[in-house]
Amino acid sequence: MLGKLSWSAIPFSQPIPLIAAGGVGLALFAVLGWITVKGHWPYLWKEWITSADHKRIGVMYVLLGLVMLLRGFVDAIMMRTQQASAIGHAQGYLPPEHYDQIFSAHGTIMIFFGAMPVIIGLMNFVVPLQLGVRDVAFPTLNSTSFWLTAAGALLVNMSLVIGEFARTGWLPYAPLSETTYSPGVGVDYYVWAIQISGVGTLMSGINLVTTILKLRAPGMGYLRMPMFCWTALGANMLIVAAFPILTATLAMLTLDRYLGFHFFTNEAGGNMMMFVNLIWAWGHPEVYILILPAFGIFSEIFSTFSSKPLFGYRSMVAATLFIVVVSFTVWLHHFFTMGAGGDVNAAFGIATSIIAVGTGVKIYNWLFTMVGGRLRFPTPMLWSLAFMMTFVIGGMTGVLLAVPPADFMLHNSMFLVAHFHNVINSGVVFGAFAGITYWFPKAFGFRLDEYWGKMAFCLTLAGFLIVFGALYVLGLEGMTRRLQHIDFTEWAPWLYVSVAGIGVMILGVASQIVQIVVSIRNREALRDETGDPWDGRSLEWATSSPPPAFNFAVLPKVHGEEPYWTIKRQAIESQGLADEPPYEAIEMPRNSATGVVTAFFATLIGFSMIWMIWWLAALGFVGAYATFVVFAWRDEEEKEIPAEEVARIDRARRAARSKWLEENREQPA
Amino acid sequence: MTAHAQDPYRIGRGGGADSTTGRGEGGPASKRTTVGYGFWIYLLSDIILFSGFFAAYAVLARQTAGGPSSHDLFGQERVAIETAALLLSSFTCGLAGVAAEKRKLVPALAWLLATGVLGAVFLGLELIEFAEMIGMGAGPQRSAFLSAFFGLVGLHGLHIAVGLLWLGTMMAQLWVKGFRPQVLRRLMCFTLFWHALDIVWVGIFTMVYLMGVAP
Repeated sequence: MLGKLSWSAIPFSQPIPLIAAGGVGLALFAVLGWITVKGHWPYLWKEWITSADHKRIGVMYVLLGLVMLLRGFVDAIMMRTQQASAIGHAQGYLPPEHYDQIFSAHGTIMIFFGAMPVIIGLMNFVVPLQLGVRDVAFPTLNSTSFWLTAAGALLVNMSLVIGEFARTGWLPYAPLSETTYSPGVGVDYYVWAIQISGVGTLMSGINLVTTILKLRAPGMGYLRMPMFCWTALGANMLIVAAFPILTATLAMLTLDRYLGFHFFTNEAGGNMMMFVNLIWAWGHPEVYILILPAFGIFSEIFSTFSSKPLFGYRSMVAATLFIVVVSFTVWLHHFFTMGAGGDVNAAFGIATSIIAVGTGVKIYNWLFTMVGGRLRFPTPMLWSLAFMMTFVIGGMTGVLLAVPPADFMLHNSMFLVAHFHNVINSGVVFGAFAGITYWFPKAFGFRLDEYWGKMAFCLTLAGFLIVFGALYVLGLEGMTRRLQHIDFTEWAPWLYVSVAGIGVMILGVASQIVQIVVSIRNREALRDETGDPWDGRSLEWATSSPPPAFNFAVLPKVHGEEPYWTIKRQAIESQGLADEPPYEAIEMPRNSATGVVTAFFATLIGFSMIWMIWWLAALGFVGAYATFVVFAWRDEEEKEIPAEEVARIDRARRAARSKWLEENREQPA
Repeated sequence: MTAHAQDPYRIGRGGGADSTTGRGEGGPASKRTTVGYGFWIYLLSDIILFSGFFAAYAVLARQTAGGPSSHDLFGQERVAIETAALLLSSFTCGLAGVAAEKRKLVPALAWLLATGVLGAVFLGLELIEFAEMIGMGAGPQRSAFLSAFFGLVGLHGLHIAVGLLWLGTMMAQLWVKGFRPQVLRRLMCFTLFWHALDIVWVGIFTMVYLMGVAP
């Protein structure tokens, strides 16, 4: 009746996951209980859960990502402390089978459920605003994408208490991940969680590519798009081109595991190296899916806080598209030691070095953007500057690893671990924090507290440098990755240094949380009245903060690059806003429960497939199909916002802007 | 304008002069264009999904593990009928699209029904082939070659099955709701989907069935 599921699936004998799950469960019930008691459910359901508004969905994506980043960070703390407490005769506090789950969960959660949702959330929120349009191309699909990602995250976290998670690393290399060597449900949790959220990511990619290529304000030609839109386009084209490979690979692994196929097995002619090739044919573009939007965020921030247009805009576009193409030609550098031979390794080594050129172009463009600018240094700019300095170090260790002979020495070592954390942390994570601080006032109408923001920045940067500086040294001293126990006591000092570093990072994370709490408390003092708190240059700053549901009362007419800067200069020079436009009623997409219902059935399918409860899986498929039919049957897809309402909202925005002009009259234009 | 041209930050900037909606500087595209375009992007991603299975088949095609090879298994007669049915269904699907353009309900439904019947014939023949192979001990567990075969051809079959389900829903919508704009947009997407499956089948037919029996 319940397949493989029984009481033995719950790890009663292991205190750590039980206590952790108990804590999370309690917190969850406390939050749910609070919402119920306060009667917030109707609001949450109407305004958030079923919302098709790209801004709301973007915020939910970022929230999900931040919570999961926290979960992944706890895994990181456990790994660092376990290694430091298991040197020589000491055994630490995590048994091997649990430690292996933790490093697998850490990578999986950080990439798929931490970094990806934050980056996709920022793109979702910002791109339509920057393009001067009212929503993404397919709003209901957008909601479905988000909820499928959340369903995947839910499955991964369920594995904490019901069963186990994969022990195979964040990419389940075959044949280790085959049933012969991983008979438990861990790999199945991985596969179904990633497949479900992967479908969400793919649909999100399709949605944003279509949005950027087909929905732009009148006059917004391709070479007038803000840089963030270009990098978002690049990243989403990569999603469309790369994620199906992941889906195919994991589908093959699933067939191997469930139906005894032989794609990647040891016997009957299966080819395990095909798994590594396929997974990295997705995996390498994936790192650019994460980093390209971050590059876009940094471009916006450098330009805004240098009070100058971005230097070398066209070369930036070219470098982005260059990276998009070349990112598909370097995957083999993840396994130079496979034995493909000198010629193949050389070709991929050279391609890997060449792709660094694209990033180099960007670094110089950012530097020249700052040259001669009027620089300001609020928190987003600090994250960006720290990114530029630390990312270059990570890039150089990457170019070192791209040399096959060097890679033979360094592969699978802590040097590699330090390298990819160096680039992902300083690139994606710093980029995410920079972007969140930069666009936070746009989303919520008030700025984040600067003192705690700078505190969080300093502590995170210091902790990050200490942890991964130590890991670089450990790697050069020959320490391999994923060790549950350390035999060489000579490594102990550096392991202690990395624990000290993670202590500093904990303080950094705490400062981030304090920053949010303090900012919410002081929100009246931090209020963004005009909608343009940073003296911005692109169209998202033309509307109020937070923007109305329809973003723009009238679609802006774009006559050049940096359209909002032009509008603003004109207003300042003429000391008045442009004439009030004639307002018309606006059609906006209706709310839809399709996304959350689909995700419910997807979770049901995933869970029952993991535990082989076939009837429940069948029920899930029928439910998903029924949802599809109900969605297809609905008659009204849109609701109308009357012209008077639009006028009322836009007049308030215009009043705030006029007030600002009035107050800043003395300033030289 | 000349001042702009001399500003080094503006070098290379400037937009396309195209004023058509959805391109260049013409503003947002119509819903029909957006939906069609988005669906094309989805189809591209779907073809990449197939390419993963094509690649796996290419790698594993000779790994028969002492079991039957493609020469032993594939006859051309049934595959010829399958191919004919599927290609013909694409034609009828196109005729359904034409009838829908002319807002003729009964012909549109009739051609869609014909498409569904031909698709079902294709799928039925494929399932018979699968059952026969499994019955003679040439199932997907036998060898990596057969795993790759069942994976690739089965994925296409799964697409056809989902397409048939979609087709049924589509016909019901057309019947109940008539030629509404959103129903027409969905019909356009369905025909694109069906044609794309045809293209993939041509690839499978060539790579699996023709090359599989080539000397």
